[in-house]
Amino acid sequence: MSRQLWRFHGGLHLPDHKELSSGEPVVEAIVPRQLILPIHQHIGVPAEPVVEPGQRVLKGQVVAKADGYVSAPVHASSSGTVVAIEPRPVPHPSGLSALCVVIETDGEDRWTERQPVADYKELDPSELRNVIRDAGIVGLGGAGFPAFIKLNPGARTAIDTLVLNGSECEPYITCDDRLMRDRPDEIIAGARIMRHALHARECVIGIEDNKPEAVAALREAIARMQATEIEVVVVPTHYPTGGEKQLIKVLTGKEVPSQGLPLDVGVVCHNVGTAAAVHRAVERGEPLISRVVTLTGGVGHPRNMEVRIGTPVEELLAQAGGTLEGVERLLVGGPMMGFDLRHRDAPIVKTANCLLAITGEMAASRGPVRPCIRCGACAEACPVSLLPQQLYWYSRAKDFDKVQDYNLFDCIECGCCAYVCPSNLPLVQYFRFAKTEIWAQEREKQAAELARRRHEFRTERIEREKAERAARLAQKKAMVAKSDSAEDKKKAAIKAAMERAKAKKSATEPKNTENLTEAQQRQIAEADARRAEKKAPVDSEASGGNEE
Amino acid sequence: MAQSYASSPFAHAPSNVTRVMLDVVYALVPAALAYAWLFGPGVLVNILIASIVALAGEALVLAWRGTAVRPALTDGSALVTALLLGLALPPLSPWWLVTVGALFAIVIAKQLYGGLGYNPFNPAMVGYVALLISFPLEMTTWLAPAELREGHLGLGAMLAYVFTGDLPAGLVMDALTGATPLDTMKTQLGLERTIPEIRAASPIFGQVGGTGWEVVNGLYLLGGLWLLFRRTITWHAPVGMLGALFVMAGIFHLYNPDSYPGPLFHIVSGGALLGAFFIVTDPTSGATSNKGRLIFGAGAGVLVYLIRTFGGYPDAVAFSVLLMNMAAPTIDYYTQPRVYGHARGE
Repeated sequence: MSRQLWRFHGGLHLPDHKELSSGEPVVEAIVPRQLILPIHQHIGVPAEPVVEPGQRVLKGQVVAKADGYVSAPVHASSSGTVVAIEPRPVPHPSGLSALCVVIETDGEDRWTERQPVADYKELDPSELRNVIRDAGIVGLGGAGFPAFIKLNPGARTAIDTLVLNGSECEPYITCDDRLMRDRPDEIIAGARIMRHALHARECVIGIEDNKPEAVAALREAIARMQATEIEVVVVPTHYPTGGEKQLIKVLTGKEVPSQGLPLDVGVVCHNVGTAAAVHRAVERGEPLISRVVTLTGGVGHPRNMEVRIGTPVEELLAQAGGTLEGVERLLVGGPMMGFDLRHRDAPIVKTANCLLAITGEMAASRGPVRPCIRCGACAEACPVSLLPQQLYWYSRAKDFDKVQDYNLFDCIECGCCAYVCPSNLPLVQYFRFAKTEIWAQEREKQAAELARRRHEFRTERIEREKAERAARLAQKKAMVAKSDSAEDKKKAAIKAAMERAKAKKSATEPKNTENLTEAQQRQIAEADARRAEKKAPVDSEASGGNEE
Repeated sequence: MAQSYASSPFAHAPSNVTRVMLDVVYALVPAALAYAWLFGPGVLVNILIASIVALAGEALVLAWRGTAVRPALTDGSALVTALLLGLALPPLSPWWLVTVGALFAIVIAKQLYGGLGYNPFNPAMVGYVALLISFPLEMTTWLAPAELREGHLGLGAMLAYVFTGDLPAGLVMDALTGATPLDTMKTQLGLERTIPEIRAASPIFGQVGGTGWEVVNGLYLLGGLWLLFRRTITWHAPVGMLGALFVMAGIFHLYNPDSYPGPLFHIVSGGALLGAFFIVTDPTSGATSNKGRLIFGAGAGVLVYLIRTFGGYPDAVAFSVLLMNMAAPTIDYYTQPRVYGHARGE
């Protein structure tokens, strides 16, 4: 069972604090009185509400449907009545509100009709993907990318390795650990379905060596379920091994190309929680309406709970003994990549793997910000081999071309650089700032480009319309001219006579215009014409009427 | 809940600039004490004067610049500069010499460039070189080890000399001072003597380096190893510098052992060990990547050997470091790592 492992550059050995919450099995959390379901819990286009306030819904019923390809539906996590569809605070770094479907639960927790698939092997991969898409499954590791898309490699891409990510490298978080220990069968069953959908040659579950119980539980399940096509590989505990790109490197030695996808190297990577959700969706017909959440740090009773999506954070914390005195902030996610939750009435969403209460004591290790002393500790720690120090200077100087030359967009925001920085520089914050500025500039550029194209199109249209109008007018006039040709003849005769007279007059005048170039002659002719016009304004006006 | 909303990461390693600087200070303490024990307390007076002047100078400039004085003074960086300068100067220097050096280091070489983190040159070495060029006599008047001196000079007498320039009655400067081993070696080799002859003729040579100096340099090495153990520095710059010095000295020594001293002599003499562990490891003025540090250190090592052997000065750590400081940005540019997911050179 020894598989060659690779290393990625940098990374950190962090105190993991996992023992705090990993001791007890997952417990089902109470179904809250009110469920708040944001319609946007995934990467991509927000879902579109399909229920009305006042409507009764059943557990598992779609309340918002996917809008477009990169989107995911949202389901009612319990039965009850829709009471509002309105903006509510959601767990997002911005602290802003977003549209949510609010359900008053009835306590019955009654399921809608479920349609489990008896044998997934009978289903075509595309049908399987539809089941997974309709179940609203998104990546449960944190990013929340609709899972079915990563199970749809396209006919031309051969998938070599399906990687299941059970490394859970962030300190404090133990929801995947507990899931692997408590429900290994679900993960293995899900892995089989995913492998079938992808036609992957092999399936590898990568787990950090600080979770021996999880490794044992999964290996036992594999043996029991005779799923020998799935291999559990123990990888060293080394933050951020749980990063998709890092885990792929460790397990396969392959590097996902910059700006590329794991697909480009024949790998697909899913979280173990996502695998379990796939199993539930396919073999039990249950959409994604709950997830395991770690409640840890400064809480009375750190633990893991199976939480209905939409449960308000405050209510959930109460079931973990509430937050302790001295808690300064509440994070969604871990201490390295999580974000500050500003509203405790915000709900748990599909991507919320952990609630971490940070006490003053834990935050105290951070000292005052000092100038960069160029020590290079950041570059040493960077798992992508970036030069955070250079990125910092250029971000600070707002030199957004240079910062991209130094591969800003390869930064995974793991926080290793800022963690080790002796000057306490908020490096990741600078990088986020630079990225956001560049995106804003790109958008502006696109908007400007669009405006330019619009303007050009408009000018073109006006020109075209003018030309068309002129053509129409000419046509009309030609018709009119035909109809009174008699009058026309008379006018032509007068004109001819006048021209003859004019020619006679000009012929008598001395003109030294022989042996001139064509251009000069034209100039002279033009000058003559102008002179003539001035001399006989009445003539020109009289004849002008018919000239068009 | 806190009112300030920061972004991730919310955890931080227990390291900070002050810790880095204080580590360097602690690592130098044993060598400084041994220096004082073997050569008299003058070096401690140097360090004291340099520290006071450096901190005062830094505070003054920071106040002028209108920036916060306290965090800069307490980060220990000025103290490190003062300590390095104090150890580098001859151990019985007049007060004004130390003062000029410390002011030049802090005000000109550090603060005028923007203060901590912005100085392209190592401040202590700039101060040292400025003095060496301006006051060659004072900068080459070295005390002989106490055991080799003909007269006794106590702390009181030393202080009197530092501040007034007067020696106790009956003592002349020549009785107290002596050329350093590197200087002696250079001068005598210039007189076409062979190394065994030179060593035999002078008591200032010890087992490998100079009497007394061997001990001080050994303690620099120990302090450096402790910094390595603490991960305050990496091994790359010291190994680069000492390795290059060793190889250069080794090649020439093998070519002609009578006129080119061996590698060990070069390493334990002069400022080589102090430079390798405490000066080329300065993060601000050195290269930032490990590969870059190796090159940076090696460059300094080669220059030290070349200047010692073929140049006009007996020792050359300060010059070599400053020359390499100039090369650091270029080294950094050419030692950028390959970014994950990129082809090499992309």
